[in-house]
Amino acid sequence: MISGSFEYHRPKSLDEAVGLLDQHGDDARVVAGGHSLIPMMKLRMAMLDHLIDLQAIDGLKGVREEGGNLLIGAMTTQSELIADPTLAAKCPIMAETALQIADPQVRYCGTIGGNVANGDPGNDMPALMQALDATYIAQGPNGTREIAARVFYEAVFFTALQDNEIITAVRIPTPPDGHGHAYEKQKRKIGDYATAAAAVLLTMSGGRCATAAIALTNVGDTPLYAEDAAAALIGTAVDAAAIDRAVALAEGIASPAADARGPVDFRTKLAGVMVRRAIARALERAA
Amino acid sequence: MSKLHVQLTVNGREIEALAEPRMLLIHFLREQLNLTGPHIGCDTSHCGACTVDLDGKSVKSCTMFVAQADGAEIRTIEGMAQPDGTLHVLQEMFREYHGLQCGFCTPGMITRAYRLLQENPNPSDEEIRFGISGNLCRCTGYQNIVVAIRAAADQLNAAKEAAE
Ligand SMILES: Cc1cc2nc3c(=O)[nH]c(=O)nc-3n(C[C@H](O)[C@H](O)[C@H](O)COP(=O)(O)OP(=O)(O)OC[C@H]3O[C@@H](n4cnc5c(N)ncnc54)[C@H](O)[C@@H]3O)c2cc1C
Ligand code: FES
Ligand code: FES
Repeated sequence: MISGSFEYHRPKSLDEAVGLLDQHGDDARVVAGGHSLIPMMKLRMAMLDHLIDLQAIDGLKGVREEGGNLLIGAMTTQSELIADPTLAAKCPIMAETALQIADPQVRYCGTIGGNVANGDPGNDMPALMQALDATYIAQGPNGTREIAARVFYEAVFFTALQDNEIITAVRIPTPPDGHGHAYEKQKRKIGDYATAAAAVLLTMSGGRCATAAIALTNVGDTPLYAEDAAAALIGTAVDAAAIDRAVALAEGIASPAADARGPVDFRTKLAGVMVRRAIARALERAA
Repeated sequence: MSKLHVQLTVNGREIEALAEPRMLLIHFLREQLNLTGPHIGCDTSHCGACTVDLDGKSVKSCTMFVAQADGAEIRTIEGMAQPDGTLHVLQEMFREYHGLQCGFCTPGMITRAYRLLQENPNPSDEEIRFGISGNLCRCTGYQNIVVAIRAAADQLNAAKEAAE
């Protein structure tokens, strides 16, 4: 399959890239790893006149810790996330999730920025970003703007990002030492998007759950931040009754599409199963 | 749309060419450079038959425009053997252990295994299976591919030890 024709740009600076986006508006798109965009272009589901490649722009890659936050450059690839020592020490759920995305070849190319900007509910990073309460830092013609992951997603392929904005980094409040975490994903095979998946983060204090966050992948038009489900755990010993309540509340917000991955009821139930397993594993890991 | 002047290194050879930016890297390699080792199995980023090594990464060349590869260093299956025709250890071991039947997946499989062993010279069978999970084979059932990669790793490690 051959994509439509386009003019290729490889700007060396962010300003130049934003300038090109601003100039060409709807007719232009940025490409990062290309592993969501290029398949869409080949299917002609994405048609554009200008392709703006971000690969030559300095400073969009890498992970650093800064004042209680982890800052991840948008062009950091999934395989770089997996190999990163800071994330391994401070936020191991990043690698755990990235390892469940696609296959090695895709992970060498696919970036965190592309994964969170794409707006496909099948992408795994957006729900994780919601659970971690991440913020996306976007640059447009009028400067920088910050958008919380929890309010970023509007509908399938619709996000709060403007056509002339580029995500430069993702900022995550460093989870506290001893936090429990798990990303549970059910898929039909390696390289498949989730039938359902859930991210859980929690902290325990004196045998009680002090904080919790839960988010769901691919069981709605957007990633789903399951605020009530997490609230059902807080203050409890994360006992069977609390887990049942959280699972029921998570299933209650799931509204998956029926597709080759299964009918609505199955995928809804499965979202609950993923939440249940993720809570159990997070609890095991919590200090 | 105007053609783009691209410059890249393929199997150690400097290449300069004109190509439409939308041309996929796999088409550029196969049709413009006549490197027909990398295959087109699915054309949808799933099978890995088109895998090439690009700047130290295994890449599905059906999911990259040649424009993006401008400036890159690429190795295809054609670049695995020595110039005198001596096969790479991986190729030898695929032959020795029947790591192929029809051979369609083999160029991608070996190119991928090459990068896997660069990153992890002593992988477990499970790590090999996870490491080649982006490459599909419809013939072998994978078992002998894993055996061949394991054998190549052992040989490469023995050679390295002998050299030390
Ligand atoms: C076979 C296969 C299986 C896959 N399986 C999974 C999976 O299980 N889970 C999963 O999460 N993903 C999966 N993916 C998608 C993969 O992870 C993509 O790489 C990722 O979704 C997008 O990242 P990218 O860097 O490739 O973005 P691109 O494809 O380059 O871009 C995607 C979109 O985001 C925009 N964009 C990119 N970067 C930025 C930026 N910095 N600022 C603003 N907009 C930007 C682009 O304009 C485009 O609209 C799969 C892909 C393939 C080919
Ligand atoms: S042809 Fe590229 S992955 Fe199948
Ligand atoms: S040997 Fe036939 S596809 Fe692998």
